[in-house]
Amino acid sequence: MQEEPKGLLIRPIRDGTVIDHITHGEALVVLRILGITGSTDERLSIATNVETRIRGTGGLKDIVKVSNRELSKEEVDRIALIAPNATINIIRDYNVVEKIGVEIPRHLRGIIRCTNLGCISNANEPIESAFEVTANGLRCLYCDTVINSDFAQHII
Amino acid sequence: MYHIISIKDFERGEIDELLDKAQAIDEASGPFSTLNGKQVALLFFEPSTRTRMSFASAVARLGGTTLCVDSVEGSSISKGETLADTVRVVSSYVDAIVLRHPKEGAARLAAEFASVPVINAGDGAGQHPSQTLLDLYTIRQSMPLEGIDVGLLGDLRYGRTTHSLAYALSNYDLTIHTIAPKSLELPTPLIGELLDRGCEVVEHEDITDIITELDVLYATRIQRERFPDAASYYEVAESYRITPELLEERKENMIILHPLPRAGEIDPRVDALPCAKYFEQAQNGVPVRMAMLKEVI
Ligand SMILES: [Zn+2]
Repeated sequence: MQEEPKGLLIRPIRDGTVIDHITHGEALVVLRILGITGSTDERLSIATNVETRIRGTGGLKDIVKVSNRELSKEEVDRIALIAPNATINIIRDYNVVEKIGVEIPRHLRGIIRCTNLGCISNANEPIESAFEVTANGLRCLYCDTVINSDFAQHII
Repeated sequence: MYHIISIKDFERGEIDELLDKAQAIDEASGPFSTLNGKQVALLFFEPSTRTRMSFASAVARLGGTTLCVDSVEGSSISKGETLADTVRVVSSYVDAIVLRHPKEGAARLAAEFASVPVINAGDGAGQHPSQTLLDLYTIRQSMPLEGIDVGLLGDLRYGRTTHSLAYALSNYDLTIHTIAPKSLELPTPLIGELLDRGCEVVEHEDITDIITELDVLYATRIQRERFPDAASYYEVAESYRITPELLEERKENMIILHPLPRAGEIDPRVDALPCAKYFEQAQNGVPVRMAMLKEVI
């Protein structure tokens, strides 16, 4: 039987951003949050269900590498909702020049859909959804509905 | 620019000040000229005759005039115009907008797009700050908003007037008693919020347990559609009905409020008792709304 080839699962990138320690299974959601789709022109490497020894992860994580684009902290903070342990490494010339953790931002605009069907943010109006991040969950700034679980499910 | 969207936007001092202004208006004989030459749009995308008439009366008493849109049919909304656009356009005709809309959060959106002040006259099952302010005003006419026991009775789960009233009351040092069937209790997150704000909340299922200790009883409708069948509804409705017999042992200065219209929650024989304040409460809508209009324009 042939052995699985050893070596790196995904190659290092020269310049760009590596988002590591994403909750396993959430890599594609992370891309969606960042607005990266098949039709945008970033060069991507995605690894899912990579083994990790970090406790509390179930032994698995996802990694996303985005070449030639340095994500801003604000962009990355949106990821915190679904991947609170993610870390972001900014890479220049194969070197990590900055390593930052994600933080849940105070406000989320246009990221989460309000679960209240009667909410004006779900009507055909020229506005983005708007949530305040509170200790109890995400509070819709239009209708006050609080979402406190399954954030990934409500991501636009 | 100043909008009135939700009672949650008010600090206690601001509520007190607005109620003082309403009282000053109430006690003055008028005529008032604050809105002379000014126009207020009453944009009612959902029928609510009382609230609309009460705002129209408030504008007229301040010397202003109103432009009314009463229904979605016949307006450009039915042609698919967004509320954002409607509000932008109407802003150019008037000095303030009073908005009633079926979607929750509509007033907040309107305030983002309007170039004149917006007053929320109820958005969907959402906020209705003028109702809450007139409820507080009516209590304050009879007693200080401190150290009292306020009972909220009826459908506390879906009845949003009680939600914003409870929130507003949590600005004051008093006790809220909820009186509702288990399935229609105040939502848990709201109770948490009230407790966090230092308010004492006591839950009851049976009105007879607490009726003798209340200073204020705020009754609301229990809706038939919240129950699986007519029999279980009538059983509950009957046990929450306010009758003169129930009120026999009440505190001397106790008052009963109801946002109206009522169905069968209050026995008509109660109307003659001095504690029945619900019609005065409805009347108070005018000075309170006058104070709100004066505040924003
Ligand atoms: Zn909402």
